[in-house]
Amino acid sequence: MWGYIARRLLATIPVVGVVAVFVFLLLHLAPGDPAAVVAGSYAMPKDVERIREKLGLNEPIHIQFGKWISHVARGDLGDSIFSEMPVTTLIAQRVEPTLCLAVASILVAIVLAVPLGIVAAWRAGTWIDHLVMIFAVLGFSIPVFVIGYVLIYGFSIKAQIFPVQGFISIRQGLLPFLRTITLPSVALGLIYAALIARITRASLLEVLGEDYIRTAHAKGLQPRAVLLRHALKNASVPIVTIIGVGIAMLIGGVVVTESVFNISGLGRLVVDSVLARDYPVIQGITLMFTGIYLLINLIVDISYTFLDPRIHY
Amino acid sequence: MCTNVLKKVMVACLAIVMVIGLTGQVRGAETLLRAVLDSSIKQLDPIWTTGYAVRTHGFMIYDTLFGLDADLNVKPQMVDAYTVSSDKLVYTFTLRSGLKWHDGTPVTSKDCVASIKRWGAKDGIGQKLMAATQKLEVIDDKTFRLILKEPFGMVLQGLGKVTSNVCFMMREKDALTDPNEQVKEVIGSGPFKFVKEAFQPGVTAFYVKNEAYVPRKEPASNMAGGKIPQVDRVELVWIPDPNTAANALMAGEIDYIWTPSLDLVPKLKAAKGVTVEIHDPTGLQTVCRLNHQQPPFDNVKVRQAALWATNMEDNLRAVTSDPTLFKVCSSMYPCDSPFASDAGSEPLMKQDFEKAKQLLKEAGYKGEKIVILHCTDDNVINPQTLVTGQNLRKAGFNVDMQAMDWSTLVSRRAVRKPATEGGWHIFQTWFNGPDFLNPLEHMAIGAGCEKAWWGWPCDEEIEKLRAAFGREADLQKQKEIARAIQKRAFEVVTYVPLGTVYQPVAYRSDRLEGMLKSPAPLFWNVKKK
Repeated sequence: MWGYIARRLLATIPVVGVVAVFVFLLLHLAPGDPAAVVAGSYAMPKDVERIREKLGLNEPIHIQFGKWISHVARGDLGDSIFSEMPVTTLIAQRVEPTLCLAVASILVAIVLAVPLGIVAAWRAGTWIDHLVMIFAVLGFSIPVFVIGYVLIYGFSIKAQIFPVQGFISIRQGLLPFLRTITLPSVALGLIYAALIARITRASLLEVLGEDYIRTAHAKGLQPRAVLLRHALKNASVPIVTIIGVGIAMLIGGVVVTESVFNISGLGRLVVDSVLARDYPVIQGITLMFTGIYLLINLIVDISYTFLDPRIHY
Repeated sequence: MCTNVLKKVMVACLAIVMVIGLTGQVRGAETLLRAVLDSSIKQLDPIWTTGYAVRTHGFMIYDTLFGLDADLNVKPQMVDAYTVSSDKLVYTFTLRSGLKWHDGTPVTSKDCVASIKRWGAKDGIGQKLMAATQKLEVIDDKTFRLILKEPFGMVLQGLGKVTSNVCFMMREKDALTDPNEQVKEVIGSGPFKFVKEAFQPGVTAFYVKNEAYVPRKEPASNMAGGKIPQVDRVELVWIPDPNTAANALMAGEIDYIWTPSLDLVPKLKAAKGVTVEIHDPTGLQTVCRLNHQQPPFDNVKVRQAALWATNMEDNLRAVTSDPTLFKVCSSMYPCDSPFASDAGSEPLMKQDFEKAKQLLKEAGYKGEKIVILHCTDDNVINPQTLVTGQNLRKAGFNVDMQAMDWSTLVSRRAVRKPATEGGWHIFQTWFNGPDFLNPLEHMAIGAGCEKAWWGWPCDEEIEKLRAAFGREADLQKQKEIARAIQKRAFEVVTYVPLGTVYQPVAYRSDRLEGMLKSPAPLFWNVKKK
């Protein structure tokens, strides 16, 4: 097992390297000039040229790449072209809201989806099953920004229970934190809840048809015990897989959610940096997300060994 | 059993929601003003960049030697008194007493001289002032002198200009920074102090009242008069989504939006406690820029054809259907401003496709593709570009609209190659009215070839007239020259004006009082009720 983990961790190095090359080339070959954005809309051509010179953007692309990658190898992601702050500092400033949003959304999704999936499988073909599947289809079909605006209209503008926007750190109090994180995590979590509920249902249905389930019933076990102890555990590998994929997909979802609810997290940092062509920040965040994605995949793979004894590395 | 469990869960959820809701109703008593600007603050040097959000940051923490009042007259601000020699070549300035930097050190002439030089290296009008300057010297701690080689009629207007780059005063050690690099420290002498520790680039910038600030005695008027900070803290927060910003204002989570989306103005007007007002009477000046360096727009007849194809009202109505929020204006200077006139504007005001087609024929236009850079992420530029494209098609142009975001556009417009190699023919934008108040500041009217704004129009006569305007100090003569410049600019079509859009501000009038009417958002003088 430890050997497997070590091998997987070592395998991340070339993956991150390839991503670094691709991201750098794509950004520098795509249209856009940070110097023009830095100078502002009303700058004169000669000012833009001077800023470009100062920022080293006139240097050949391989020289720029060499400088950047040598800093990255030393753990330095560089400085933002605009604020001139280290990219690591900018990420550190923004990581908390995104982490909280991601965790809360996954919690909302799991708490909502797993029971719904179980109930739907247990009552397959009944109106309860149909209702859950309608929820799943709707949840997966409605864009997160629509759900977000509807929640804001209902719970912030009309009922005035939750704030329209913003994020308050948990360090400033649990209740203010919950007030700001509830609507965004529900908006984002609903999508993943729909996905997880479908997978849970399908996976359970498959397991419920197995011989050992029939045997368990024949032994006189309570239906709840059969469902939760025998069926659910054996159906959990696909569920954990989809939760892992869901966490990775959240990275895309937080971008929209953070914009709608004005949460100053990594998603908004990505969008702002892309719009402003802040190359070091985009490159730094992409590398970080790549690392997170690889780590989640590793954790999911390892978790299989605990859920299913037949799997070992 | 299931029903009982469901009931318990519902009651628990309801209880949690009520507790959370009630907790949120508790509000603090501190005077914090939260405002949303047109974009985020990522940079902190208003000389390094021309962005308006950074200019607002500049007005918070830095002070200016002169300021423009509500009637667009230049008034002393940091300057206590000044004299001008009879030949208008020597200006002597004396600073007010009691001016201090936020680090507690006194403001001196040395600081001001270094600040003027840094600004003069970047700003358009500043560069012209520096070119006309023989010497800028320190007399003593509170007095400095500007000696000109030749008369320059815009000295005070330049030092007191409200548009980017504003001539902000910085400490000498900051002002000695290369103007193409950012200052490393953010220390001003203005009415608010910047809280560096709380700064999150692109998210929020905090300011606290400068208790040591000595305001002028005169009442506040635009950028002039007494700048009295009346709130303890100001937070300039960035909410990128216009719907979220409007909802936050209506819910009372923020106090002010500088540029609410025009689509949302009716909704905001109807909201309780919210006031929507026009604070900038000069409005946004919308502009269609032609690339004079690339065929076919290197031919004046083709440019004139584009002018005849324009219908200003169509362009304005595409932005907003509210007639109080736009104005058809035949002047290249903002309507109702001192140099406004209708000189040479006839082709612009009488759309005539036949005339346009005739001009294209005379120019030998053979249907070459016209590349229009279409910015899709600005609520003013996007619809206006669509209208321009359609009108040009009707006039016989072969139009290729290329959709892109503003950041891509500002990069693309710098390309001077033919359109087939990544260049361009047309892009559209807007300026704040004060940017166009006079021919020297007016970037789109200038025709200095390589030195001109994007599109690089080249016309010796316009540049001679602009130089003459700069030398002239008499308002009446300035008006005559400004009129002649506009007439010539319409003849050679340096750009196509597309009219004035009045961008209102929206704020919580049930909480704020004393809002100043100004082209820039200003937060001194404002009290929280």
